[in-house]
Amino acid sequence: MNDYLTIAMPKGRIFEEAAELLRQAGYKLPPEFEDSRKLIIDVEEEKFRFILAKPMDVPTYVEHGVADLGIAGKDTMLEEERDVYELLDLQISECYLAVAGLPNTKMNDVAPKVATKYPNVAAAYFREQGEQVEIIKLNGSIELAPIIGLSDRIVDIVSTGRTLVENGLVEYERIVDITSRLIVNPVSYRIQEERISELVERLAGVIQGAVSVE
Amino acid sequence: MSRLFMFEKPLGMRDTLPELYETKSQVRSAIGEEMKAWGYQFIETPALEYYETVGSASAILDQQLFKLLDSQGHTLVLRPDMTAPIARVAASKLLKEDLPLRLAYSANVYRAQQREGGRPAEFEQIGVECIADDTVSADAEMIALMISTLRKAGIEDFKISVGHIGFVKELFVQILGTEERANALTKFLYEKNYVGYREHVKSLSLSSIDKQRLLEFLKLRGGEEVIEWALKLIENEKGEENIQELKQLWDVIVDYGVQSKLKFDLTLISHMSYYTGIVFEVYANQVGFPIGNGGRYNLLLQKFGKTTGATGFALRLDRLLEALGTLTKRKPAGCILFSEERRKEAVNLAKEKRESGERVVLQDINGVKSIDSYTEQYEEVTFLVGKAGRGSL
Repeated sequence: MNDYLTIAMPKGRIFEEAAELLRQAGYKLPPEFEDSRKLIIDVEEEKFRFILAKPMDVPTYVEHGVADLGIAGKDTMLEEERDVYELLDLQISECYLAVAGLPNTKMNDVAPKVATKYPNVAAAYFREQGEQVEIIKLNGSIELAPIIGLSDRIVDIVSTGRTLVENGLVEYERIVDITSRLIVNPVSYRIQEERISELVERLAGVIQGAVSVE
Repeated sequence: MSRLFMFEKPLGMRDTLPELYETKSQVRSAIGEEMKAWGYQFIETPALEYYETVGSASAILDQQLFKLLDSQGHTLVLRPDMTAPIARVAASKLLKEDLPLRLAYSANVYRAQQREGGRPAEFEQIGVECIADDTVSADAEMIALMISTLRKAGIEDFKISVGHIGFVKELFVQILGTEERANALTKFLYEKNYVGYREHVKSLSLSSIDKQRLLEFLKLRGGEEVIEWALKLIENEKGEENIQELKQLWDVIVDYGVQSKLKFDLTLISHMSYYTGIVFEVYANQVGFPIGNGGRYNLLLQKFGKTTGATGFALRLDRLLEALGTLTKRKPAGCILFSEERRKEAVNLAKEKRESGERVVLQDINGVKSIDSYTEQYEEVTFLVGKAGRGSL
């Protein structure tokens, strides 16, 4: 497998956008690529090996070097703080991290509670705001927390805002904009330099093209 | 805290079992012999040092230090690297008239791990320090010696990236005006965040030419040609001198004939404040993390009262073993199983074999419960059992 580049891809929504981007950059991926349920997909023609991981785990695979490259949301990069190169803003899967809660409520003065999938990011954000809060880590359906009284606020990803509205929540503050990034293991970045540089240039070409069309 | 199981070790601590120990000592001695051949002298320093001196002088982040208190209430640290202890010894004892001094070490260092507690918190580093020689020849010697030791250890598939902290600082301060702003930008490189770097540059109020220069800087990676590109970007004398150092370094490396292992990467920032000049990292195929690193640190000895500079490198033994892949199995020892009647014969035979350089286990057959599974581990088994002349295999 030495001549293959291993790319860690996030399962789910980002995967399709990322695959589309690679196609636009001229890489030949098989048509059934997106429908596969396999966790490892070898594309012999391009000498790529894709591994499909949970989005939050992509930086871990890349940091340990079992994947040379990966596509990861900036949200996971902020949360995980892995020692990897962040080479390109792929400008896909745009969304943002925000603080939300029930309308017209204030945070509890004595013991404010915040539920989130991103404990590190949330803790750092409130510390910067000069507030000490209790962070409650949840793994999904974060919107439940304020509705049933687990927390005063949540910190979560917002893309269209529909989920918030449907659950009767409002956005209070916008923390940071999020897009997907191309990340690279520091060793692979040197050992596989030529192939990685080529990939970066081709992807950068597609992204810049998209920007100038807009 | 839950009750500990008897097999547990503190987080990040590991045992070295015989096979690994054997490989490790082979690698250690191959590298050590090469360092000695280049005239480096090995020294040892204590595992515990004062936090105030060596602890705070080291390049390792404070939260990674193992701290404890001695009976007088002083804070101690388990040494997190060997460079700071060696700087202490050199400055206080060994440096005479500031003549160049070449020292080597192989020692365990200790770094508490922030995440994934299973990562090694204790590991062996083998390295050298060349103190009080400010020439580029000394910097190049570090790289040439490192290449030579890796080859002696049996590692061929590796690459070295070389950068220059001084150049980055000169370029950034020249364009941005203050050290503070330069540091803010450098931090993006330290965090390997090129996306953040570009966004930060675009957000600054600079002329478009200067912005372009900062963006072009990210491309300063590659072979000898990088030197020319870098010269075009920098417009101050000190920065040009830094690039001349890299040019000289390249020439010396060519003299050593090892330039094929070398790439320039001027975006390489190994540490925010520790290094002052040429820095480098070495990467091996199939190992996810750098196997070693080094560079010039001209400010460290000041903390111990000397104004002289120094350069050095360290390799991580655990990662070298990972790069080597398979453990080299040494020929297993031979075994002589004896019973009381023929003990003397067995002792003499063992002595003879040992003197001729063989490894021999001498085992009383009465001490073994299952002869078959015991003898399986040895390639050659001699039975000296019962009356003489019988039972030999």
